[in-house]
Amino acid sequence: MKLLDYLKTNIVYLDGGMGTLLQSKGLLPGEYPERWNISCPDDIISIHKAYLDAGANVVCSNTFGANLLKFDAEELESIICAAMDNARKAIQLSQHCGEKYVALDIGPSGKLLKPYGDMEFEDAVQLFAATVKLGVKYGADLIFIETFSDSLETKAALLAAKENSNLPVFVSNAYGEDGKLMTGASPEVMCAMLEGMGADAVGMNCSLGPDKLFDTALRMLECASVPIILKPNAGLPKSIDGKTVYDVTPQSFADTMKKLVEKGVRVAGGCCGTTPEYISALVSATESVAPKPVTDKNISVVTSYTKTAVFGKQPLLIGERINPTGKKRFKQALVENDISYILHEALAQQEKGVHILDVNVGIPDIDEKAMLESAVKELQAVTDLPLQIDTADPIAMEAALRVYNGKAMINSVNGKEESMEAVFPLVKKYGGVMVALTLDENGIPATVEGRVEIAKKILDRAQSYGISKKDIIFDTLAMTVSADETSPAVTLGALKIIREQLGCNTSLGVSNVSFGLPSRDAVNSTFFALALQNGLSAAIMNPYSDDMLKTYYSFRALSAMDKNCADYIAFASTLPQTAAVTNVQPHNTAQAEQKYGSELIKAIACGMKKDAGVITDELLKTRAPMEIISSEIIPALDLVGTGYEKKTVYLPQLLMSAEAAKSAFERIKVYMLSKGSAEESKKCDFVLATVHGDIHDIGKNIVRLLLENYGFNVHDLGKDVPPQTIVDKVVSIKAPLVGLSALMTTTVPAMEHTITLLRKDAPWCKIVVGGAVLTKEYAHNIGADKYAADAMETVRYAEKIAAE
Amino acid sequence: MVFVTEFKLPPPDKNEIRRYIGGYGDAVEKIMQECLAEYEAVAQEYCKVCFCTLPVCINESCIDFSLFSVKSTDLAKNLCGCSRAVVFAATVGMGIDRLITKYSSVAPSKALVFQGIGAERTEALCNAFCLSQTDDGINLHSRFSPGYGDLPLELQSEIFRVLDCGRKIGLYLNGSLVMSPSKSVTAIMGIEEKHNRRNS
Repeated sequence: MKLLDYLKTNIVYLDGGMGTLLQSKGLLPGEYPERWNISCPDDIISIHKAYLDAGANVVCSNTFGANLLKFDAEELESIICAAMDNARKAIQLSQHCGEKYVALDIGPSGKLLKPYGDMEFEDAVQLFAATVKLGVKYGADLIFIETFSDSLETKAALLAAKENSNLPVFVSNAYGEDGKLMTGASPEVMCAMLEGMGADAVGMNCSLGPDKLFDTALRMLECASVPIILKPNAGLPKSIDGKTVYDVTPQSFADTMKKLVEKGVRVAGGCCGTTPEYISALVSATESVAPKPVTDKNISVVTSYTKTAVFGKQPLLIGERINPTGKKRFKQALVENDISYILHEALAQQEKGVHILDVNVGIPDIDEKAMLESAVKELQAVTDLPLQIDTADPIAMEAALRVYNGKAMINSVNGKEESMEAVFPLVKKYGGVMVALTLDENGIPATVEGRVEIAKKILDRAQSYGISKKDIIFDTLAMTVSADETSPAVTLGALKIIREQLGCNTSLGVSNVSFGLPSRDAVNSTFFALALQNGLSAAIMNPYSDDMLKTYYSFRALSAMDKNCADYIAFASTLPQTAAVTNVQPHNTAQAEQKYGSELIKAIACGMKKDAGVITDELLKTRAPMEIISSEIIPALDLVGTGYEKKTVYLPQLLMSAEAAKSAFERIKVYMLSKGSAEESKKCDFVLATVHGDIHDIGKNIVRLLLENYGFNVHDLGKDVPPQTIVDKVVSIKAPLVGLSALMTTTVPAMEHTITLLRKDAPWCKIVVGGAVLTKEYAHNIGADKYAADAMETVRYAEKIAAE
Repeated sequence: MVFVTEFKLPPPDKNEIRRYIGGYGDAVEKIMQECLAEYEAVAQEYCKVCFCTLPVCINESCIDFSLFSVKSTDLAKNLCGCSRAVVFAATVGMGIDRLITKYSSVAPSKALVFQGIGAERTEALCNAFCLSQTDDGINLHSRFSPGYGDLPLELQSEIFRVLDCGRKIGLYLNGSLVMSPSKSVTAIMGIEEKHNRRNS
């Protein structure tokens, strides 16, 4: 019988620990167990057979670490071939009746993915793909992805399995006692992501004994719509009289497992420390338990790497500000590839309490695919909010969905054939919740019935792709009321029917309704209230609008969604009339001028970021931007910089001042863009990078901040940058200055290599280097023009070169 | 055999953090408070260490730990009189790295403070682990990490292979021998039997 058919009506038993048994047969710490498939096949076969005899249905091949990072292609193939062979032989030898299957066992790569490690997502996919292809070639019945502790790497492995086989895929992660993966994912997050991508069973293994995984297993049973796997350790290893002993006995292991099988676990086995005795006890304890049917939990959910946002219970806010439409400053940031501007926008919206961030980076003349992929990667490194991938370009959409760490929201699909054919396969493959607009080839219907009909059509077509309605959120399209006074009634009418009769969740881009009207916030927030009352599940909105937030919090308080009105009260305390006044107190002026010369200089020198911004806005009303820079900001920076050089100012203060100056510059930038004036003149280009192999970038970031403040046009290439990338950039803009940073002795060779290439292809440029391991002498030896001990020294050097 | 233990750390020592970031004054105190509060929200309640005890055999500057060997005059000096050594890896986890990444582009001053908090937490974890290894019958030597003195950084690969740090405690080594999570330590700590010392 096929495994998935067998699983429908039976508990599937997995085997127990392999490593533990191999150690007892002489495997040394650090030795690769996979090689034993070839060197000691009889040992491997006897272990597999013992598990089958104990009642296991599935033996996991001895291929946990079989990948191209550990073995070359030839050895990898012979290992997987032998491993499959050993498992098959054990099946032939076992006398135990019952269905038997061979799983291609895949453990984590042993490398950490970017941004915290050095492996590219696509490299991880390719790595696992090689193992999967061999498993398929040598006859695996299923793929068992296990013990992964990083959600993104798990996604890479599952993608590799799906892209290179049609076999069932079971996915199991290693949760800690806090119920999270090492990189922060909860069971709810993993369930949503893995189910969305089509895993046939999901669950947990390793790390802990069954008692300590109990709560995590229950949480997973609550949210999963696929069978749950539980394969715990025999507790934790302890050293007693020089012997290693696991602290959970076979009987107590089986007793706890029985409770969880009764609660609904459908795939059960053991991990480290468990032996055939444990599996035998597990089978005897549970074989009389009737398998609990797996039900669809029908949860409409998107996730980040660690957080979930569930639709339908409480209305959700989707921040709309990461979108260049109508924003000059944002467009400029995109053109300049200024990711930190986008990150600022993300964090500011998060502070306002949104649940999901819409991400749209589509402007003419940029490579949207590359930009969207990079924005998603950068954003998910700094924010834990789920993202809504917002693009009309299916290629950009796929690139972003691929690297997204979680289950994304997708904006959008509509009733046009072309749109559905482009988007549905992506949702099916990568998972996700999509916003479906109720329009089609004939445009936007003017009636409630017309929009509901399109919704039904979209639902039907999605179901034919195997996409369930929980993964579709309908947007009934808010139209401009000033153009057609009856349009809001149609939008809201369709919303209500879709919510109540079709049982689907809904979303609206609320702000459209007020287009062309004065005081738009008033119209938006009232429309928002009406939509919420008609069953709106989520709004794409401007979280900086107090009116919208007032509506949101008061609606929740009035609809029994906010116990004791606690959220409303907390929100109200942040409103301007009750919050502390952030403006600078006028009486400070005289004092400030005495000591620092002006208020702005004081704000910068004292590192008061908010004040520096507010004062700059004030000054811009009466003074020219360039004059503010030259007579206020630069003197303030010099004051602090000199203090730092004299060691009267410490590094944290230097940084806080630099951040305050940056916030002043930001106001000036916005002002100048709004006046349509040309970009402020920059001193000269400065290419900056942390060298290949090095991931420490705090020093480099400090240098960037200071250089920007001193007017340099900084091209920050980031960390772990290959030498050729740096050279290409320098050559393409003919940059006169390059700054390289390295923290580790092991990465200085990469710095030297970069310098050699630069000397050859860009002989004009001056190279300044810095970082913990460098000295003046060392810098000289590797061919740099200048060693800078700290960020100020880099600035001084750059100013000198720029002046020349 | 490699073991894993977990430690609940004492509250952060602010003086240590100030020392790491090299900063004093009201403004610094304020952001330090903010950073500590934000760290508390993501800090792991328990931090993990994986370790194993290996025999030590010293021949001039060559030290044989049975599962790997290394040449280092400084470590040989440090291990003098020891018949065994604890090889361990400790990490305070990924949370602090996320905070450092989050702030390094939007507020480097906070990133700096988080660096300081991470360093203090890592030291606190190592101290807790070393304390747990002390015993009446032995003298524990001070911990010695790859990169100290003439002990090559390349030893990291051997330690990671033997301790299986990725699977055991979620600690990884990149191609340049940099650890992730970054706030982590690997070290070797000699064990000297007290009777040995009396006899020698």
